[in-house]
Amino acid sequence: MKKVVFAFALAAVLFAPAVPARADTLNVQVRSGKLREQPSFLGKIVAEVAYGDQLRILREQGEWRLGQAASGREGWIHVSALTDDEIVLTAGTGEVETGASSEELALAGKGFNAQIEEEYRAQNREIDFTWVDRMEEFIVSPEQMVGFLKMGQVNPPSGGVR
Amino acid sequence: MKRRRSIAAAAGGGFLGLLLFLSGCKAIESLGDIGGQVGQATGVMTEEQAESLGRASKAVAKTFADITPEQEYYIGRAVSATVLNTYQPYDNPEANRYLNLLGQTMAQASDKPETFGGYHFLLLDSDEINAFAAPGGFIFISRGMIRLCRTEDDLAAVLAHEVGHVQNLHGLRAIKSGRLTSALTILAAEGAKSFGGKELAELTEVFEGSIGDITSTMMNSGYARSAEREADQSAVTIMKRVGYDPQGLVSMLKEMKKDLKPGGLDFAKTHPDPEDRIGDIEKEIGRHTPPAPPPARQERFERNLKGV
Repeated sequence: MKKVVFAFALAAVLFAPAVPARADTLNVQVRSGKLREQPSFLGKIVAEVAYGDQLRILREQGEWRLGQAASGREGWIHVSALTDDEIVLTAGTGEVETGASSEELALAGKGFNAQIEEEYRAQNREIDFTWVDRMEEFIVSPEQMVGFLKMGQVNPPSGGVR
Repeated sequence: MKRRRSIAAAAGGGFLGLLLFLSGCKAIESLGDIGGQVGQATGVMTEEQAESLGRASKAVAKTFADITPEQEYYIGRAVSATVLNTYQPYDNPEANRYLNLLGQTMAQASDKPETFGGYHFLLLDSDEINAFAAPGGFIFISRGMIRLCRTEDDLAAVLAHEVGHVQNLHGLRAIKSGRLTSALTILAAEGAKSFGGKELAELTEVFEGSIGDITSTMMNSGYARSAEREADQSAVTIMKRVGYDPQGLVSMLKEMKKDLKPGGLDFAKTHPDPEDRIGDIEKEIGRHTPPAPPPARQERFERNLKGV
């Protein structure tokens, strides 16, 4: 009996899938990621996920991933919002650092961030960020997009707006 | 270990930098491989040296492509503030709202719908025929450019072209690779979670230099013709996905051709001849006269941009 168990255990090790476990999870690399009902940007938002949140990936469809947040909420999110780099948020500072395990050297995490912008602004007082901040307040919701396309009789071909 | 790898990257950066700039990262990775293989085969270098060259070119090739979305966002903000130091914003809430409805919808159909802070569009109070796309999705359109658009489809084409520049990281590619190599060296050498005074000063200098590289390319010298072609191709794809007629891009370019003055300081200075671009686009989408837009679409286009 022991032999059988051992054989199973050995087989499990030898024939374990080659894909590393971290491929099952991806991290949110945008400030506010959106989980949607359908794999489409016209899809209703069911939950928001924050920068650095880890999602368990349940399914794939084209450039969309069905992700599950730590809260258990599930929804579709576009791959451009995700990375397999570990993102470590430093408590209290809002600063971000990519995981030490990442082999990415280039400007890893600590590069150009809020601290650098602050320093840049202190040195270039003539550069005014007021309108840049104001621009960021121009936000269009998926519902507004759907309404906009409908009203203008703009008809995405099937699988169009993704 | 990190330090050793960054030094290798810096050494490789010198001679690979220019090529990286011209060819993009993928090409350079393979160049490193080929260089290594050829060198080894001809006995010019040892296996170890060949490996090192491969590693160095890979590290350098990663630089601009691996700027994280968060860093791209901060670069984009500073580039935008610099653009707005030259051009006044056009504070027309109705027009800017319409511009964002259309632009953000176009952006969602791109291959890079998600950026760190999202896409945002703003009109510039300028008669020049001009448009700029800062990294991360900050897009600016001059009143002069708006006046050239006769339909919403025309404007959709302009916005989709600018989204194409963001999607293809053209702004980031304008950063001199030497700067990224320096940033990489500073970062690799610096272990703490927030910067010390010296690193902060050095990195801010690299940041400022990068902003300068991008704004001078965007506003003065223009992107390479291949980048413009790439942005046009992205625009065609985006327009098809959303449901606009990609002929809008051709009709826009024809309007530009009529209005741009050779030797002018705007689009004429930073973009290839519209005629050449039309030729490239028509090879892909053919040639046809676009049907008149539905009345509701035309009505809202005219109503929202009235007075611009």
